[in-house]
Amino acid sequence: MIDFAFVVDIVVLALLLVTAVAIARMKDLFAIVMLSGIYGLLSAAFFVSLDAVDVAFTEAAVGAGISPLLFLSVLKLTGRYENGSHSHAIFALVLVVVTGLALVVGTLDMPAFGDPDSPASSHVAVRYLEESGREIDIPNVVTSVLASYRGYDTFGEAVVIFTAAVGVLSLLGLLSGPREGGESPVRMGDHLVLRLVSEMLIPLILLFALYVQFHGEYGPGGGFQAGVIFAAAIILHSMLFGLQPAQRVARPPVLRALAALGVLVYGSVGVVSMLSGGTFLDYSVLSEDPVSGQHLGIIVIELGVGVTVASTMILIFFAFTSRSDAAHPETSR
Amino acid sequence: MILDLYNYWVVIALMMVGFYSVIVRGNLIKKLIGLNIFQTSVFIFYISVGKVDGGTAPILVDGVTLYSNPLPHVLILTAIVVGIATLALALALVVRIKDAYGTVEEEEIREIDEQ
Amino acid sequence: MVHLPVLQVVIPLMAAPALLLLNRPWQSWLLTCLVTITAFAISVSLLGTVYSTGTISYELGGWEPPWGIEYRIDLLSAYVLLIVSGVAALVAVASRQGLDADVATDKQPTLYVLYCLCLAGLLGIVATGDLFNVFVFLEISSLSTYALIAMGPHRRALWASYQYLVVGTIGATFLLIGIGFIYSLTGTLNMQDIAARLPLVDADRTVHTAFAFIVVGVCLKLALFPLHFWLPNAYTYAPSIVTAFLAATSTKVAVYLLIRLHYSIFGANFALDVLPLNLLFLILGLAGVFAASLVAVQQPNVKRLFAYSSIAQIGYMIVGLGLGTVIGLQATLLHLFNHALMKGALFLAIAGVVYRVGGSDLAHFAGLGRLMPWTMAAIVIGGLSLIGVPLTVGFISKWYLVLGAIEAGLWPVAGLVLIASVLALFYVWRIVEVAYFESPTALTESAREAPLGMLLATWVLVGANIYFGIDTELTRQTSELAAQHLMGGQP
Repeated sequence: MIDFAFVVDIVVLALLLVTAVAIARMKDLFAIVMLSGIYGLLSAAFFVSLDAVDVAFTEAAVGAGISPLLFLSVLKLTGRYENGSHSHAIFALVLVVVTGLALVVGTLDMPAFGDPDSPASSHVAVRYLEESGREIDIPNVVTSVLASYRGYDTFGEAVVIFTAAVGVLSLLGLLSGPREGGESPVRMGDHLVLRLVSEMLIPLILLFALYVQFHGEYGPGGGFQAGVIFAAAIILHSMLFGLQPAQRVARPPVLRALAALGVLVYGSVGVVSMLSGGTFLDYSVLSEDPVSGQHLGIIVIELGVGVTVASTMILIFFAFTSRSDAAHPETSR
Repeated sequence: MILDLYNYWVVIALMMVGFYSVIVRGNLIKKLIGLNIFQTSVFIFYISVGKVDGGTAPILVDGVTLYSNPLPHVLILTAIVVGIATLALALALVVRIKDAYGTVEEEEIREIDEQ
Repeated sequence: MVHLPVLQVVIPLMAAPALLLLNRPWQSWLLTCLVTITAFAISVSLLGTVYSTGTISYELGGWEPPWGIEYRIDLLSAYVLLIVSGVAALVAVASRQGLDADVATDKQPTLYVLYCLCLAGLLGIVATGDLFNVFVFLEISSLSTYALIAMGPHRRALWASYQYLVVGTIGATFLLIGIGFIYSLTGTLNMQDIAARLPLVDADRTVHTAFAFIVVGVCLKLALFPLHFWLPNAYTYAPSIVTAFLAATSTKVAVYLLIRLHYSIFGANFALDVLPLNLLFLILGLAGVFAASLVAVQQPNVKRLFAYSSIAQIGYMIVGLGLGTVIGLQATLLHLFNHALMKGALFLAIAGVVYRVGGSDLAHFAGLGRLMPWTMAAIVIGGLSLIGVPLTVGFISKWYLVLGAIEAGLWPVAGLVLIASVLALFYVWRIVEVAYFESPTALTESAREAPLGMLLATWVLVGANIYFGIDTELTRQTSELAAQHLMGGQP
């Protein structure tokens, strides 16, 4: 039963392992961050081979996009090399080996990998696959579950993102206007080729973000991915032309308000459905016809997620890159 | 048995490499990268649980009856978002720690605190 | 009102973005007070409803469980919702002046946003009947907690917050691994559904591993000895108001989660034949009580002293679990409630001292017995309650714990619990000695009584310490019924 998928599986897993070990052993943080981006991309590839296209899309955007970008902006402030100090190496090794063995023991009674009759695939999930076509009537089952059956989890997810935005702002502050040291870590706007390509690319990226936002019901995508892509366009612009032009378009106080509004929009759908006689986030009561009510609800909440995610990502990027190297003495008592 | 479960075991090895880096490394950024790998590997574990042999991506198409399990996908979408949110907050803390202590090495921070 | 279960959580949750838009110190405080008091009123009403009509189930999104997410309020959750939202409301009232000592005025609106997020996260953990939803709300409360701690005035707050973040994320990831195992075996995330399907699963090794990872993950969050190392720094360097809130609520919710997952999912007698879990809880609990109390006695900083005392008190709760009987579990539930009252009162009183004197080292307390009589009286009564003196709530918890130990035939445990109370006497005495038997120093001589708002909130909690120590009807009855229900008896 050695088929093509099986080989791909083995190869990607092997690459993941090599990358992880390389990351653990290296000391050059710049290289490590690059490798962690590769790790994210490899995971995304593996998710595709496991038929999880939505997850692959998101992991590619986050693991190979946003998170290396954040790491790099911080590395600029903190320095590139670690001094390689280890603490309690023996203790850690024992702990990790014990934990790992416990996990291996835990897998021994698990259903076989890929088993179509495993409990995971034959209980709750069956309803989603068989009934969502009738109950919600959109092709992408992941979107149906995410936005409706488990829509409350997704509300929580939007709140988590919002919490991160508030937390980062409370730590790094909100810049309301241009200020000294507000340069991005890499400024490449002087390169003609880069400049021309990106000037053509940025509108296309924005367009693609809108497509992903409103097309999530049919193919992979949705509010989160769209928000990340939208943010990527603004971030790309600020990397090429500096922070100030980008901040004139996307002003931090406005972004902060938008991050809050996205969550409020999501929650308001829940409130409206309560007022219309349903439970919180029951979209069926939003319209005469339950199925069109579901469609309406999903579109609005995905919009809320998209707005919160895009504004949060841009805000966080601004907060990191605009921070100058000058030491900010802490008040200590 | 090995063919049934090898996937999970490699993923466990990945988790443990990440977990080890979190505990043992003294550099605050390196710890976060370890944490990132640990979490990403747990995501792979979940998605592996949702794999169905012979299935396709859970996007309803006429004529297809076997799909992979969408529920783990949904859970992990949420978990990825939680992961990046945690990372952003952690990095903001690192920036402030660098400002306040002048270093991002655990040992040096402890020494400064003991003075 | 059928929507109360979800409103309990969603009101503070949606107040957070509204507060960010509002962004004004005074108005933000007022709105936070309104929101938390409303949440408290809802929790009172929920407890009443559960008493009269039994467990409430609320289907979020209109999808019946296990396909949709369910909010499930039984006696245990209503009881924990009550204490969490009650303390949150009182701390919010006191925060108007209390924050000024630690947090710049322009940062205070942000703090209120995070405060509401944290409260909503904690309430969400307690209200939900869905295992993955627990993870989501756990992360909402955790992320906001990290940010709240980092707002402390000293740079060590940043380091404490980072350490907690790393430990907390490892804990949450362990929990996630455990949930993954459970899901792979049962195909469901609804707690009721899991509890029904788990006994039919023939996969002992996987179930045991899942249990172990869930327990370790939660124990990292509840600072069970020896996984407590993040807590002292976090409580010491967070803004004093935040410490009062966290000490009274956060670990309590973690204890709730441990009880909920252990008893409602795996069952009271899970794995006892292969795993000496009760013995392990007894040993770790008692070790935590003694180790943390001994460290507390030596602390020069009062916030840090009571942080270690918190670790010791969590030890008592774990000992109650380890007894493995209805009375033991009841003692844990009583102490969960009572300890929130004690630590809420103590840390709010300390916040008053920090506000007037500017610090919480023992030196900052010199002669305060005369200068801040009401605040110091609150600390004395809170301390007596911590020791377990009759007519305070602390006595009730200890009484049931000793009763449970004796009933289980574990005389040594009963003896050790009583001996440990003497240690509490020692560390409380150190503060009393400095405050009442030393004269004011240059540091403290200009101190005045704490502001009225702070005193009011502190004394409501002090009053509760005495009231629930005398009229035990509510706590005793609720904890007894909840414990019987969890142990599988008649609800």
